[in-house]
Formats: sequence, structure tokens, C-alpha cells
Amino acid sequence: MKSKKKSIWVFGDYRNYYQNRVTLQLISKAVDLAKTIKAEVCALVFGHEIDEWIMEYTAHGADRILAIDDPALKSYSTERYLAIIENLAKEGDPEIILIGATDFGREFAPRLAKRLKTGLSADCVGLDITDDGLLLQIAPSFGGNMLAEIVTELHRPQMATVRPGTFKEIPHNYTRKALVERLPLMKKLPKSRVRLVEYERSVEKEHTIENASVIVCGGRGMGNKEKFKKLHDLARLLGGDVGATRPVVYAGWVDHGALVGQAGKHIKPKIIFSFGISGAIQHTAGLGEADFIIAINKNPQATMMKMADVAIVADASDVLNTLIKELKKRIRE
Amino acid sequence: MVTELPWDEKTGTLRRDLAAGMMNPACKHALEAALQIKEKFSAKITAITMGPPASEEVLREALALGADRGILVCDRLLAGSDTYATSLVLTAAIKKECPKFDLILCGAYTADSETAQVGPQLAEELDLPAAAYVEKLEIKGRTLRVRRLVDNFRETLEMEFPALVTVSMENYRPRYTELMGLENAFDGNGVIVLGAAALGINASLFKNKGSRTKVRKVFLRKAQKENVILQGTASSVVTEFLNKYQRKISTAIGKSIEEKKLNDEE
Repeated sequence: MKSKKKSIWVFGDYRNYYQNRVTLQLISKAVDLAKTIKAEVCALVFGHEIDEWIMEYTAHGADRILAIDDPALKSYSTERYLAIIENLAKEGDPEIILIGATDFGREFAPRLAKRLKTGLSADCVGLDITDDGLLLQIAPSFGGNMLAEIVTELHRPQMATVRPGTFKEIPHNYTRKALVERLPLMKKLPKSRVRLVEYERSVEKEHTIENASVIVCGGRGMGNKEKFKKLHDLARLLGGDVGATRPVVYAGWVDHGALVGQAGKHIKPKIIFSFGISGAIQHTAGLGEADFIIAINKNPQATMMKMADVAIVADASDVLNTLIKELKKRIRE
Repeated sequence: MVTELPWDEKTGTLRRDLAAGMMNPACKHALEAALQIKEKFSAKITAITMGPPASEEVLREALALGADRGILVCDRLLAGSDTYATSLVLTAAIKKECPKFDLILCGAYTADSETAQVGPQLAEELDLPAAAYVEKLEIKGRTLRVRRLVDNFRETLEMEFPALVTVSMENYRPRYTELMGLENAFDGNGVIVLGAAALGINASLFKNKGSRTKVRKVFLRKAQKENVILQGTASSVVTEFLNKYQRKISTAIGKSIEEKKLNDEE
């Protein structure tokens, strides 16, 4: 397990592999960073019957895999993973640990950083190496409108969580080889104080909005529930999804799955229509990745209008109705 | 314009001096969960925050809503703390003021930098069983059962007190503050202000055990957008908009909306 080279560890978060390939994206970025600091890329895989992931991470660029395959690790456990990595890190002394900003990663990484007595930046949208050889962590700040360049100068490992979709994975090459080290489960694995009573993969269609290329968002400026419902017509015409602000969700105009922003979904559509939304930070925090924003609002001074590529100063509901009518005429499949 | 946090439009930064007096939305949900527990089990609620003096208002609001006391940790030495340092300081305050707590509830997100790290790091400092993004809590005896949705998995977890949860905004919609309650809260006592020294934290200790990360630079996310403004009647702006951006929209939706007769696209 000891390695002479510096090492960049990537936590293997495989639970949602087919929807969310953040681990592969991190391996790809780690390969980049490793060239600059002359390090190796090491993927961590904990679980039971994990050969599939070992193979995937190898095919996508990992130099080394630290694997622990044990029935006791059949389901994700924050406490057990913490104990395992703490133990491995003491011996392996990684320079950098990267973790995907999944729900799991966002809960797990801060605890790991605390346990390793080191710094962590959250939800990075960029990583690089500084002139003085440190991991440059570029993270959104102040609700996503600003970016901060963060470094961990004195403590190791340098840690960051990274938003899914930030980096591109390296295309797989199933003839690649990695050094696979299969380690036994540590003997004194602490008993998990959190008992998993039940879990099931949710079949709710909740996460589609995060992958939609067109999103039609509405806020209080739509006036009422009936008018708001018409947003669904526009979304259907454009093959997109409907998003909403918190007041609208609270008012019961649409269900919670549509909530975009701080407490809801982070979206990265090609186009977002924003109808009657003032642009409170709780909402705009979720729009960091939108390519092209069209805002419709009577008030040209609204934050959302200032953020937009195109700001249409008019009644949101009127514009919506006219737009639906016009698009029906124009769309040819 | 409705904005819920004071936002400096010129610099794009949150005005922390003004924001300090406002309770973080997710924390309102955590407080609501605590209030519902109090109603059922006659618990005592202590609201704790760390921030500039104006943060006391957040605690007053918590008192007005039903918290029993407030603790403000406030010291210049602590300004600019990252989550590593913040969780260290809050832990010291909890150990000093409420060492016999059963449950710590945190908001699952913060409005400013949205790191969601302080809750999990507190759990680590205090060595507690914990769960983030909790949607529903049930208590039976000393056992806490929570439900949550993480990464598309619906989980039910159990742990024994003392424990820590971060509460999502799915349920526990905050109640309104009654004006009378708010005034009373401002009249009375109930908020303790603690400086770093009271927690046994001095500059040299904080240098060693405080923040691990350093912000080298902060900059605006994007170059200023073109921000094209269209004005007029609904039908004129829609026509103008579609003509100007028909190609862009067609590409995004994978269907053509281009009018053949027009040549003056983008």
C-alpha cells in the first residue's frame, strides 16, 4: 500500500453509476493534475462484489485501485467508510483526495476532512495546480454568483468535493491495466451507530430536471396557480421540464420536485426561461450552470432580469400565452 | 423586487452586515422541527449561532418562535473562519452551555456559500451519530428514527441520542413569528453572548486549530452577459425574440422553429 510517488485519491462513488459518472470525471481530472505534480491516481473502491467498479475505474484512467470487498460493506455507510479511509490515509499519505459532490459525498467529505484535520472546499467547479504546487480549488461562493480560489496550504491531504458534470471523463479503454490492491477489512472496524433500517432506490422521476436541456421556470410573478400551470404547456412544446421558486412550491402551485435553487435542484440546461421570477439568491444559486437565460418580468430592475442574456420587460403570463401560440405555429418535428 | 437576502448588485456579493440579522432559510426548517419536538416532548431548545453582533437578531427570532434561550458566539478573532474552524468553535460553545443535549439540529444548507459542511463537521467534533438531509424525524424513547432521500435512495435510519441531524427544506415549513412574541423576545433577556476567551480559544490556539483553507482570490463568475432588453407588447416582443433567437432555440430543443421566409437571423 505504501507508495513512493505522491498520490491523488479519488473516492469511488458508484451507487448511481449509470446516472452520475462523477467518479470517472474526477479520475480524468486527477490524471491531469497528476501530470503536473508527478503523482499517481488511485481510486478507492469499498463495497461487496465490486469487480465491476474496479474494472471501470481502471478503464477510465486510474493507475492504482485500493479495494476492500467485504459483505459488511454491502451498503454505503458514512461511519465505516470514515474509519476505513482514516486508516488508509495514515499509511498511504495522499497528497489530494477528491470526492464527488453527490448527496453522499457532501455529507461524507466534511467529516473525513475533520477527521484528517485538514481543509475541504465544497462543490468545486474547477481544479488546478498553483505555481507553488498546491491544489487550486475553485468553488462557488455567495450563492454561485462569485467564484473563490481556495487552497489548503499547510495540511494534507488537500481535499475537495466536485460537482457532477464539471469535468469530462476519459473514454474507457478496457485493455488498460492498473495495480489493484485488494485489502482486507480492517480488524477493528467500529460498529456503526447509525442503523440502516431500510433503503430502496427511489423510482420517483425526481431528478430529470437536472438533466433537462430546456427548463421553463416560474415564480410568483405568474400571478396564480392556473396561469402557472400553462408553463407545463410551454415545457411540453420545447421538450423540457418545469422548474419553480420556493414561494411557488410553498403556495402549492407545483410539487417540491420542481424546486430549483439552494434547497432544490441545481440545473444546467442549454436554455432556461424564467417567468415572473425576481431572482432571490435561494433560487439563483441553482442556476450557475445555465447557458442561456431568458427572463420575463414586468420589473426590469429584478435581479433575474439583470442576470439574463435576454430580458423581456412585459407581463410574464401574457408573454407565456403568446409564446405558446407562436411556437405551436412554428415547430416542425 | 423581492429578494430575501440583501444583495449588492454592483459587486454581486451578499452583504453580510445586513444578512447577519436574517435567519438562514434552511435553519428555519431545523428550528421548526425542534419546535415540533418541543411541543410533543416538552424539550428545551437552545438556539446557537456564530457571527457578528447583528446575528443576535436571529436568536431573538428563534426565541419569539419558541426557543428557550439563545447563545451568540461573537468575536473578531473568529471572523473569516472556514467550516473547520466554525465547527470547532460551535463545539466549544455547546460543550460549555449545553453539555447534556440530546439532539442537535442544523439547517442542511446555508444561503451564502452553501457548503453544507458545518453540520457534518460538528458531528465529527462531538463524536455523534448523524444524518444529513433529513426530511422527517420520529422519536421513541432515546431512539431517533429519520427518513431522507439521498442520491435517489430513500433511506430510513435509526440512532440513539445524543445525535445530530441536518434538516432539509422538504418538510417542517417554518411557522410565522407572532408580532407580540417578537417584541417580547426583544424586550427580555435570554441571549448569552460569548467571546472566544470564554470558550478557551485564544489567537495562538486558533492559529493552530482554526481554519485549514485559505481564500486567495474571489472573482465574478462570468464576464458580463450581453443582457439584451426587449420591450413592447406581448406579441411584438415574442415575435422579435423568436426571430432573433430561433436558431439557438432550435438547436437546444432539437426541433426547428425557424421560419423559412426570414433571412435576418442572429
